[in-house]
Amino acid sequence: MELSVRNVGDTRFIRVEESRIDAAIAIQFKDRMRDLVSDAPGRVVLDLAQVGFIDSSGLGAIVAAMKQVDAPKSFELAGLTRSVQKVFALTRMDRVFTIHSDATTIEDGLADAG
Amino acid sequence: MLAEGPNFTGGARENALAMHLVGGAGLHLIFPAGEREVRRALTTSVAVLRGMGIGQDAVEFAEIVLAEVLNNVVEHAFADQGRGLVEIEVRHDTDILHVTVRDDGVPMPGDSLPRPKPHDLNVEPGNLPEGGFGWSIIRDLVQDLTYQRDGTRNEITFGLNLAELEDSQ
Repeated sequence: MELSVRNVGDTRFIRVEESRIDAAIAIQFKDRMRDLVSDAPGRVVLDLAQVGFIDSSGLGAIVAAMKQVDAPKSFELAGLTRSVQKVFALTRMDRVFTIHSDATTIEDGLADAG
Repeated sequence: MLAEGPNFTGGARENALAMHLVGGAGLHLIFPAGEREVRRALTTSVAVLRGMGIGQDAVEFAEIVLAEVLNNVVEHAFADQGRGLVEIEVRHDTDILHVTVRDDGVPMPGDSLPRPKPHDLNVEPGNLPEGGFGWSIIRDLVQDLTYQRDGTRNEITFGLNLAELEDSQ
């Protein structure tokens, strides 16, 4: 289970370096995310650009991570591939999350603001 | 268990071999029930479906459905016995993929498929559901879903309408 983490200002970017978040790694993913989210400075952006597939257990793990973030902190998603978008749309979770087209745009915005 | 093996597959290994020889008219996989094995079976299925010339969106929907069905089999049919066999058979018939999934695990509770209620997502974030999506995803995407218990096996069949799935993006 590979995740890479970068903090830019008070935003923590977590990029999933796996091609799938499925039942085989969902529990491991959920545990890692719990640690990374709990000590995040303010805003968490989960970058899913490398992830070509998630199943409902992967989706459940992402929802679990989001639920650990209390306002005013935020939990956002970026870089959903087509198959991952389908799972979010089918479960209507696309209406629950803030979803950005890609993490780089957010990071560039932060750099400009700074 | 071992003695039942050949009966369970019903000559499937020979058929699967024959299908590959005649050139991708269908897909037939038999694998041990396990999460890693499901992942491998899905990767193989996707490659075979692409090889049939099925469009990218329909292949992605098919993978999503197969994952939910197979994960359910692994989690529930074999929940209390670590070993078992799962079999997938896919036949491509113009615009429809006819899918059959068999396993030799325990029967579905009540001998029928779950009918999940739609999730209420208009709740505080802390109360959002983290599971129970599987069957609603399956029911949204498939047609003619059936389940039967046949002796020691479960058999689920359904169709995937490829033209509809390609257009539903």
